[in-house]
Amino acid sequence: MALDKPIYLDHNATTPVDARVLEAMLPYLTTDFGNAASVNHAYGERAKAAVSRAREQIAELVGAEAKSIVWTSGATESDNLAVKGVAEMYREKGNHIITCKTEHKAVLDTCKHLAERGCTVTFLDPDEFGRVSAEQVADAITDETILITLMAANNEIGTLHPIAEIGALAKSRGVIFHTDATQAVGKIPIDLDAMGIDLLSLSAHKFYGPKGVGCLVVRRKGPRVRLALQMHGGGHEGGMRSGTLNVPGIVGLGAAAEICRREMPTEAPRIQALRDRLHQGIEGQLKYVKLNGHPTERLPNTLNLSFAYVEGESLMLKMPRVAVSTASACTSESLEPSFVLRAIGVPDDLAHGSIRFSLGRTTTDDQIDVVIEQVLQAVNDLREMSPLYEMVEEGIDPATVKWTEH
Amino acid sequence: MAYSDKVIDHFINPRNVGSMDKNAANVGTGVVGAPECGDVMKLQIQVGDDGTIVDAKFKTFGCGSAIASSSLATEWLKGKTIDEAHTLKNTDIARELSLPPVKVHCSVLAEDAVIAAINDYKRKNGLLDDARDASGAETTAGKVQGE
Repeated sequence: MALDKPIYLDHNATTPVDARVLEAMLPYLTTDFGNAASVNHAYGERAKAAVSRAREQIAELVGAEAKSIVWTSGATESDNLAVKGVAEMYREKGNHIITCKTEHKAVLDTCKHLAERGCTVTFLDPDEFGRVSAEQVADAITDETILITLMAANNEIGTLHPIAEIGALAKSRGVIFHTDATQAVGKIPIDLDAMGIDLLSLSAHKFYGPKGVGCLVVRRKGPRVRLALQMHGGGHEGGMRSGTLNVPGIVGLGAAAEICRREMPTEAPRIQALRDRLHQGIEGQLKYVKLNGHPTERLPNTLNLSFAYVEGESLMLKMPRVAVSTASACTSESLEPSFVLRAIGVPDDLAHGSIRFSLGRTTTDDQIDVVIEQVLQAVNDLREMSPLYEMVEEGIDPATVKWTEH
Repeated sequence: MAYSDKVIDHFINPRNVGSMDKNAANVGTGVVGAPECGDVMKLQIQVGDDGTIVDAKFKTFGCGSAIASSSLATEWLKGKTIDEAHTLKNTDIARELSLPPVKVHCSVLAEDAVIAAINDYKRKNGLLDDARDASGAETTAGKVQGE
């Protein structure tokens, strides 16, 4: 990596396209450019064959049938199709949906949209680590419940819900189970059958594929899940999602899935070791640092820390050689801190000082050393100019001061 | 957040970071903001016998523009009389730093901190006779100092 380029620790936001993925895609932009729906000539046939191969590659990574893959533009579309598609299709059976307050906006806002249109939605409260239990879900199920939608792994804090337990519960109660697995796929093993998942959303760009392509996995038997279509048109994808297939993107998604499947057994422990070294390197040398997320039931690449008495945006500005993200309100237009951190009970002042480090395939040992050094320097510098830290050093707890909100 | 070069300059090389003795009679201290809102500014002025501000210091918890706004305010205060300092406007800070609209409140906070510091100095020295000076910002500083 060139010196002037920051160290990239924001892999939960997006990942670079792997060179092997790009190589697989290129012919489908130029020589093999056919429309996969043009089944009457060789161009179309080649495109269709490439799409079929990608179906098998992604199906193998998530333990699904190749035929159960419905291509989309990404996880947001997949989530919309799953949640709205089930709500409309099973309206006569019931109108109750169960989800959690820390879901991605693609699920939360879709649920809120449905709530405005007659659905009843239960937004479960996660525990302090961001988890819901199967018991919580069981208690929320009513005769009207048609859908449970819970993410496999949280994008901000990396916490994993007990997906297999919830899947088994859903099966036993005859409720459809959708999981937004956008952050989990490619990072941890996911198995549709073993985990009792009926619908699964994923997006290629989170695991070294291109942006703008993803899929919804739709269980075909035990039970066969039906969806009210959300995109009308030429009847592609078995009528579930019309629109000419993004063949190069789909080929890239397939290639990326195959690489993840092959390399996960060695790559996940490597990344986790680096992540833990980063955590220990920071925590061992800085006071007032809090981990946000579950200590163990967490994505191997994700580390979300709150640095008390400093603010996240200025912390990022202090580390121009490190590309990370913050849940601080000061980087958002709304000036509200992260709803995920709020939902797990992180006080707003600590949420303002949170940084998410998300490691990936490009992360090296040397980079972690540099990042630890940069974080220590930046936090110490900012605390030197923090009136809150000064109070703490003088023995005053800022929490006992009466502040005036502005 | 796309910041102007001036914000980045004040952020990377903040002027006048530090603390003065808040109990000294010739030092006025203003602390404004709240941790849960993501910004707290402490701004201090040291006033000479002739009523001129001879030194100014700040410490700020907040985003880049909050730090830059308070840094710029301390720079402007030095050499001004307290009456001149009282006329400092947030819009001047926002314009000088080319703050984006969503960050204008940082300059408001800096203005509040200046007023609070001036009022604290006046109160200590029996100069606080104007009802207009009993502003909310002054009250905030008083509460914090009461700790």
